[in-house]
Amino acid sequence: FVAMGDWKTLTVPVLSSDSKNIFQYTSEKKVSPPSMNSQVLRLPLPSSKSMHSFFSAFCTEENIEQSISYLNRELTTLGFPSIYAESKGKELNLISIINCMNELLVLQHKNLRAQEEVEMQHLKLGSDMDHLQNCYAKLKEQLELSKREIVGLQERDRQLQSKNRNLHQLLKNEKDEVQKLQNIISSRATQYNHDMKRKEREYNKLKERLHQLVMNKKDKKIAMEVLNYVGRADGKRGAWRTDKTEARNEEEMYKVLLSDYEQRQKQLLVENAELKKVLQQMKKEIISLLPPQKQKPKERSEDGPVLSDLEEDIGELNKENMWELSCETVREQLTNSIRKQWRMLKNHVERLDNQVSRVHSGALNEKDVISREDHELETEKLELEIQQCKEMIKTQQQLLQQQLMSPCDDDTTLLLQDCYLLEERERLQEEWRLFREQKKNFEKERRSFTEAAIRLGLERKAFEEDRGAWLKQQFLSMCTDYKHSENVTTPSAFLGSSDQDNRLVKSTSQQRKPHCMLSGPVSAEPCQTSQHITCNSSSAASKKPAGDSKPNQWVESDKEETE
Amino acid sequence: ASCVQYRLVVRDVNTLRILQLYTCLDQIQHIEWSSDSLFILCAMYKRGIVQVWSLEQPDWHCKIDEGSAGLVASCWSPDGRHILNTTEFHLRITVWSLCTKSVSYIKYPKACQQGIAFTKDGRYMAVAERRDCKDFISIFVCSDWQLLRHFDAETQDLFGIEWAPNGCVLAVWDTCLEYKILLYSLDGRLLSTYRAYEWSLGIKSIAWSPSSQFLAIGSYDEKVRILNHVTWKKITEFEHPATIANAKTIVYKEVEKSPSVETERLSFPPTRALASSLFSTQSKYDISQVPVSLQYIKPVADRANPKMGIGMLAFSPDNCFLATKNDNIPNAVWIWDVQKLKLFVVLEQLCAIQSFQWDPRQPRLAVCTGNSKVYLWSPAGCVSVQVPMEGDFQIVSLSWHSSGDSMALLSKDNFCVCYLEREEV
Repeated sequence: FVAMGDWKTLTVPVLSSDSKNIFQYTSEKKVSPPSMNSQVLRLPLPSSKSMHSFFSAFCTEENIEQSISYLNRELTTLGFPSIYAESKGKELNLISIINCMNELLVLQHKNLRAQEEVEMQHLKLGSDMDHLQNCYAKLKEQLELSKREIVGLQERDRQLQSKNRNLHQLLKNEKDEVQKLQNIISSRATQYNHDMKRKEREYNKLKERLHQLVMNKKDKKIAMEVLNYVGRADGKRGAWRTDKTEARNEEEMYKVLLSDYEQRQKQLLVENAELKKVLQQMKKEIISLLPPQKQKPKERSEDGPVLSDLEEDIGELNKENMWELSCETVREQLTNSIRKQWRMLKNHVERLDNQVSRVHSGALNEKDVISREDHELETEKLELEIQQCKEMIKTQQQLLQQQLMSPCDDDTTLLLQDCYLLEERERLQEEWRLFREQKKNFEKERRSFTEAAIRLGLERKAFEEDRGAWLKQQFLSMCTDYKHSENVTTPSAFLGSSDQDNRLVKSTSQQRKPHCMLSGPVSAEPCQTSQHITCNSSSAASKKPAGDSKPNQWVESDKEETE
Repeated sequence: ASCVQYRLVVRDVNTLRILQLYTCLDQIQHIEWSSDSLFILCAMYKRGIVQVWSLEQPDWHCKIDEGSAGLVASCWSPDGRHILNTTEFHLRITVWSLCTKSVSYIKYPKACQQGIAFTKDGRYMAVAERRDCKDFISIFVCSDWQLLRHFDAETQDLFGIEWAPNGCVLAVWDTCLEYKILLYSLDGRLLSTYRAYEWSLGIKSIAWSPSSQFLAIGSYDEKVRILNHVTWKKITEFEHPATIANAKTIVYKEVEKSPSVETERLSFPPTRALASSLFSTQSKYDISQVPVSLQYIKPVADRANPKMGIGMLAFSPDNCFLATKNDNIPNAVWIWDVQKLKLFVVLEQLCAIQSFQWDPRQPRLAVCTGNSKVYLWSPAGCVSVQVPMEGDFQIVSLSWHSSGDSMALLSKDNFCVCYLEREEV
């Protein structure tokens, strides 16, 4: 029987061949759809001949039963259902076989995947390992380097220390030498002094000897010849030297000394007084500078009342006659109090400095920080504004200058003036044109109006004639009918009407008359009264507004002229 | 007054007209006016004779013979009636009185530069003495030459003494091997001692301020230390470095102008004057920009009395300025502002400074450097004045008139008087 341990990996192909065999076997026994099986069998399995040889190695025709049972055992141990049919015997449950195969396939896939994963991880770990090994190697190198450096530095340190020690030693040696030399010098000096003294004594002896000899010689030689005595410089007589004079001399000497000391003392007193005054002033100023710290003395313990008393005393002493007191305690008190105040001021200033430095670092007191930032921003803004304003001013100045400069140039001014004049002229021309147009229009209108008036006049005439004729007829008829005295009123009516007409005519003539009266001056002067204008407006329709009264007047005058 | 060999010539200051002419017995080494300007003493050290002449009575004469005692120094007393002669080897000081013809002796005077000091008011005289290798100071009353005080000075080897202008303090300083200055009061009490350092060379020169407020001490370490009169402690020290870096200091540098021969001069000059004007170069002052580096000379180390340190000190009469000269930088005069205690002006000259002196009335400094120019500085500015003389006139020293209107310029053989005009206000 062949060893089974190696067959695990070959379960699938074995099964396939087995299934082949089984199929062959079963085809003999059972009725199974051959087509399906054949299809199943024809699954593309890269089965090579070697596999077949393996397959045949496990299961041959002889041991089919055994191999099947073995397979069944294995499968059942693996947890698969049995491949035998329900009933005992050698009937194989194909379905279960297939299921088992499927399960085995699935398992195989899973295992493959797991293997892949494991291999991946293995690779990863291998690369990690490599990496770590590299790092380790590098770190080892670095460690080596630093160790070597340390060794080098230590060596240098040792050298420097030894050098230092050498130098110290040298210094000590030098100092010792100096000391020795000084000792030598001092000993030599004493020796010299001693020798000098000895020589001096000898010399003195010689001098004494000489002196004696000199004095013993003729005294006459040592003399003074004076023609006559000279008076003393201060005119006094010479006085003998007595004890009194000695005493007087002493007195005078002491007087001189005392006067000198007194003078110096006066100077010192004056200086002292000035300094005290200055100190007091300083103290006052310091106190005024410091923030009021009235609570402090209270907070202190037993020293509190004592110190405040002292301060009060000092305050009392700060009066005018302070400098007259020059005793020790007062002086001490003054200096102590000033020292205290000064220390307090110093602390205060230090605190302020700390605050300022903190502000600079930006930690506390945001208000100040912000205001500073704001301040900076504002200053920047203001600077920009200033810049802009300056530029504006510059440009304006330039423009001003240009403008101012231009009149200086005669040609340009003339040109400019000409330009202005041209402009005005053109404007005026325009206006003239307009004006002439208007004038033409007005003339046209006037003409039309005059024609209309002429026609009107003619028509009126005709009308009058007709009326006259009609009246005549009427009259004639009336006269003929007078005998018929019924239509008395009608002629009055007619007369009225004719009167009316006459009145109309009269009124018009009357109207015209004032026109004629006024037209004279009108033609001369263009100015008109409003009355006239209204009259004009009532009689003649003027299209133009009242602003331009000229054409109206002229129309009127023309009207008058025509009539 | 001036002396030529053995003649004493007295001239008027304003006109330089010879008023008197006296003849002495021997070559005159030293002349001195008496304080009331009535007498002149002429000292002839070789002969040991001092002759005194009177201006009022030209035929009055006086001769003091020291004989074999010899004569080393001679000076007037402040009252103008006594002459103090220092005999040879500083054996003694003889005080001769012109009024009484009496003689006094002061024994064991100290053989030092400034052994006798009179107070400004002329009342007291301090004499340095040395007995048994110890220094002492004796204070005498000038009116009757009575010994007032005698005390020992704690110096190794006293070098000099000087009274303060107020006459109450006496400054006593030690040899240059030891930097020590002692201040004694008039009655002999030691007021204070000041030591700046040890072992190096010490004090070279000192000067009192006119108000006696300050005592300026110039030392070999090129520094000036100022002590104040109240505490006798150092209030500041002035350094004299070779490079001036402070921008507030004005540095005037003497610069040679190319000699310009004016055309008007060419018409009638005597040839000598023209030649001299050509040879003598004009100079003027230029203001140099700081930093300025001055010419520094390091003296030879193995010689005694080296030319280093502050050799000259002088306060101006109004107490505002202090003029100093650092011997290491011999061409420069340093003027310090006393009120601010800061360096004010530096005058850099072309030649080494010989001497300078303040005008007794105002803050005006006259400097001479051994050429024929005198240099004047005042807070308003500085000017270089050429002495109009034919030939060379090398000014070695100068001396102001007490009124401040003129000064005498001395060369080796000649002297001239320079008159300064006052500005019309």
